[in-house]
Formats: sequence, C-alpha cells, structure tokens
Amino acid sequence: MARIDVNHVRHSYLPNPQKDADFALREVHHTFEDGGAYALLGPSGCGKTTLLNIISGLLHPSHGQLLFNGKDVTNLSTQERNIAQVFQFPVIYDTMTVYDNLAFPLRNRGVPEADVDRKVRETLEMIDLASWAKKKARGLTADQKQKISLGRGLVRSDVNAILFDEPLTVIDPHMKWVLRSQLKQLHRRFGYTMVYVTHDQTEALTFADQVVVMYDGGIVQIGTPAELFERPRHTFVGYFIGSPGMNVMPVAIDGKTAKLGSQRIELPGVPKAGSGAIELGIRPEYVRLGRDGMAVSISKVEDLGRHKVVRANLEGREIAAVIGEDETVPADPKVRFDPAGINIYADSWRVEMGA
Amino acid sequence: MEKTWNNKAWFLVLPVLVLVAFSAVIPLMTVVNYSVQDTFGNNVFFWAGTEWFEELLSSSRFWEAMVRNLIFSFIILAIEVPLGIFIALNMPKKGWGVPVCLVLMALPLLIPWNVVGTIWQVFGRNDIGLLGYYVNALGIDYNYVQDPFDAWVTVIVMDVWHWTSLVVLLCYAGLVSIPDAFYQAAKIDGASRWAVFRYIQLPKMNRVLLIAVLLRFMDSFMIYTEPFVVTGGGPGNSTTFLSIDLVKTALGQFDLGPAAAMSLVYFLIVLLLSWVFYTVMTNYDAER
Repeated sequence: MARIDVNHVRHSYLPNPQKDADFALREVHHTFEDGGAYALLGPSGCGKTTLLNIISGLLHPSHGQLLFNGKDVTNLSTQERNIAQVFQFPVIYDTMTVYDNLAFPLRNRGVPEADVDRKVRETLEMIDLASWAKKKARGLTADQKQKISLGRGLVRSDVNAILFDEPLTVIDPHMKWVLRSQLKQLHRRFGYTMVYVTHDQTEALTFADQVVVMYDGGIVQIGTPAELFERPRHTFVGYFIGSPGMNVMPVAIDGKTAKLGSQRIELPGVPKAGSGAIELGIRPEYVRLGRDGMAVSISKVEDLGRHKVVRANLEGREIAAVIGEDETVPADPKVRFDPAGINIYADSWRVEMGA
Repeated sequence: MEKTWNNKAWFLVLPVLVLVAFSAVIPLMTVVNYSVQDTFGNNVFFWAGTEWFEELLSSSRFWEAMVRNLIFSFIILAIEVPLGIFIALNMPKKGWGVPVCLVLMALPLLIPWNVVGTIWQVFGRNDIGLLGYYVNALGIDYNYVQDPFDAWVTVIVMDVWHWTSLVVLLCYAGLVSIPDAFYQAAKIDGASRWAVFRYIQLPKMNRVLLIAVLLRFMDSFMIYTEPFVVTGGGPGNSTTFLSIDLVKTALGQFDLGPAAAMSLVYFLIVLLLSWVFYTVMTNYDAER
C-alpha cells in the first residue's frame, strides 16, 4: 500500500513529440493518497489506460516522475514496483488449472506453499469459483476467465496498489454489480490503494471516493461524485457525467442576470469575469417544468421508468429536463432554472459567482 | 418437409474424383499390381502373391535403411524444432527487422532440393569447398566421401540449414498472434522469462508446432534428393535411406516387384507414423 505521486507526467507514443497534440497524456500532476479508491473516468482515447500503464510501469513516461511513498520509482520495472493490475480482456494461463492461475503470481515471488494455498482459497471464495479450482482454465466462459484475471489481481496482499483497466467490460450486468460491491468491500477491509479505469460513469461513481475525470490527455476535474454532479469544472464533465448530460447554452451576462435570446435568467450571484465564450450550464434535474417561466415547445418525452426525460426547445435550442414519474407535462409548458443548479462557464471552464 | 433428391450434385464432385483418381488412386493401384507379380521384361507377368512382401520384411537391407531413416528423422527433429523455436523467439516483433528476418528465413525454403544438394556437395568438398577446405585447414579431419560419420554430419547440417526456417516461420506466426496483454499480465504477475515461455508462448505455439513436427517428420522420412546428390547413399550404405534404397531397387536393378512391395510398406509406415504423431499430439492438446 502506498501513496502514489504522479509528478508532471507527460507521455507520447511518438518518438519525437513536438506539439501538444502529439501527447497521449498532456500533463498529469496528481497524488493518489494511500488507501484511496479512485476512478479514472473519461471517453475512449483520453489517456486513462496510458496513465494506468505508466503507474504500473508497463510504460515509461516521456517526461515526469513517479513516486511511491515518496520514493522515485520512475525507472523501476513492473516487478519491482509490486503492483497488481487487471486488464480489460481476460488474460489467463490456458494450460493451468484455475487454482494454479491464482497461485501463479504468488509462486513467482516465492511465497511459501502454505500461504499460497490459504490466499488462493480465500480469493477463490471471493470470486465464487471455489468449485472450479481443479478445472483447466481454458474451458471457462469469458466472465469466468475475467474473474480469474481479477482474482490474480487480488490474491497478493502486499501490493502497493491495485489497478483496474475497465475490468468488468465482459462481465454480465448482474455479476458486474456483485463484483463491484466485493471490490468496494475489499477496499474497506484491506485499505488497498485502488485505481479503477472506466468509461462508465455509474461504475466510477459507485466504486470511487474520488473520481478523476480525464479528457483529451489531461485531468479536467477531480472530485467526489457529488461535486462532479453539482459543480462540473468543465463543460465536458457536465456532458459526460449524468444522463442526460448537462444543458449548456451560450448566454450574455449582465450583472446578476444572464440573457439567453429574449429571455432573462436570474443567477445566484454575479459571475467573476472570465474570458472567451460565456455559457450557462444547468443539469436536467434542475430544470423545472411548469406553468410559469420561459416558454418552450416539447419535442419528445422519454419515460425511463423511474423518471421521465422531457426534450424541449428553448429559444431554438434543445434542452432536456427531468421530471418525476407521476408528473405530467402541462398544456402550455414553461421552464424555470433552479438557481442552485446554475453554473457559468467561460471558455468551457467554470467561473465562480460572487454574491 | 420432403427431401428432394438431386443427383446433379455429383457432377460438381466429379472433377475432384477424376483428379484424385489420376493423381493418386490409379498410380497406387499400378504399384499394388506390380507388388504381387514378377516380370522378366516384354510385359510378361507372373503371379507372385505375397512373395515380395515376405522377402522384403525378412531382408536386413530394408530394416537397416529404415533404422537409419528413423535415426535421421529423430536427429533433425531434435535439432530443428528447438532451434526453430529459439530463433522465432529472438526474431524482432516490429520494425524494419521483421521483413529482413522473414526474407532471410524464407530463402533456404525457396531453393530446389537438388540445388541444395549440389550447394552442399561443393561446399563440403575438401579440395575446393569453402567449408571442407577450412575445416581441414583447422586440423579437423573431415571427408564426407570416405567417412560415414562426416557424411551423416553433412547430411544433417544440410537438412537443418534447409528446413529450420520452416519451423521458425510457423512458430513466429504463432508468437505474433499473442496479444500484448498477455506479456503485460505476466510482468504484473512477476513471471520469469522461462515462465512466460512455458505458460504463454509454448501453449500458443502448440498447434503450429504440431504441423511443423508432422511436416518435418514426413519430409525427412521420405528424404531423397539432397543426400542422393551429396553422398549418393554412401560411403558404403551409411547414408542410404529408405527412398534411396527404393530407387536403387526400382531403377538401378529394375526389380519392379520388390520395389513395388517396398513402396507400399514404405507408404503404410509413413501413414501410420504420421497418424500416431497426430493422435498423440492432439490428444495431449485436448487433455490440457
């Protein structure tokens, strides 16, 4: 278990990176606290896996430094870093039994056979494959194989950190939920430092204490699930987290009000000056549909079972609103924005609002 | 639903049947025909029954050639398979080295058998051959024309030079199909170089190795041209393998009956041994 400092790390897959666009990882400077559960969340190609592989030592960063508990490990091999990592697609040793697959990382490190046996049996229980122990691994289904991969990641108790690279992609939804809660439990019990890469926001939000949102090779926001939801620092976070994502619309600011076409929207405070295009962001959950406010025309109502998503047109622009399952859309619909949910963005970055 | 019978389909299979008949079945049947008869020329045949087979199976010349051939096959397999794996493991996986290595590896395979034989025949001569001359200059007494051991070494080295590439290329194809994630996982699991080979690379090469062993066994068990060109089966009979013996019987002595009987036995042995190899290796595969 260790605190991991990622110190101004940049990485490019090209031999001679010149401009920013050449970098898969533009610059990451962040500390993963000892015993923390982190999720790296972001769309495909944003550099999550690159960052993970740099931490585990499978990749050597082009620039920057990596510290485990304050000790520089940038030039240490994967073995020396003592890290566990679970990959997106199952990696199993075909010719071994399920038991031997789990014992492999321990035996490679010369752990006494009695301890191996105890740890392996424990892990087998955890991933629910105890009755398969003596079977050859090759005949298993994809999600059983992935459970073995997961098990190999969890079987060592002395690791500095456990890294997960979208480990539940191939697992069916019910099992996903079970495994995720087991991981969470493990984390509470043993206090491993865990970093979990995913592009699935539900997975990130349920697993992690701290979610690190990545976009285009950099970190755009780090926060608790609630912070990411209430106060997205970047419009990308607003779009990416939440379903449907945040409504973002260009506005002009005039003191404590924002002008959207012919409409005037009351703000909770005066935005501090920011440069570039000014936008107003509001989550569909804070858009109130009723008889007063700004006139909209409804284009579609999606009933999701627990709530309804209303797609409407406000000043020539699509917006979404979430209403309760038993609420109905009024005949002459109007919307109001709840001031608590309003964020103002300048050049896509959030600006603070004064009193 | 009633099944419709349509015999027109036979016409589609017909070309294959005709082809196989002319290329395999009919020639084989002629051989069967010869093997049970005796002839003194002028197309006069006498029924001989199983005489040639009995004679063959009790002839020490046949068994000696067979044992020589088995030893030869065993030795070249024991060299070419490990060596092929070793070279494949050390070939570059990406970059400009890949095409260079592949072309270098493929070169020996492209040379016709008799040319390979001629190359080594000249190469090994101790008067003008590059190899023979310098080996002798180093003080090692090497003469493949007179010494049976030297003749064997020459024939084996020649076969290794000619055919190891095949094993290399097959293994290499197996190796490059292994996803990177396996090597990454092995690093994470702290696997040694040997463990990576034993548990990741070897299992992935299993199937291609089966093909390599089968091909190399059948080929080496039927080898004719190269040793014939280099040593002519000598000195004495020391490098006379089954096929060389067969040709001597059939074309040298023109004993068609015994030669036909020998061909059939030879054919059955190759078939049987290939089947044994295949069954053993696929069973082993399935078990694991």
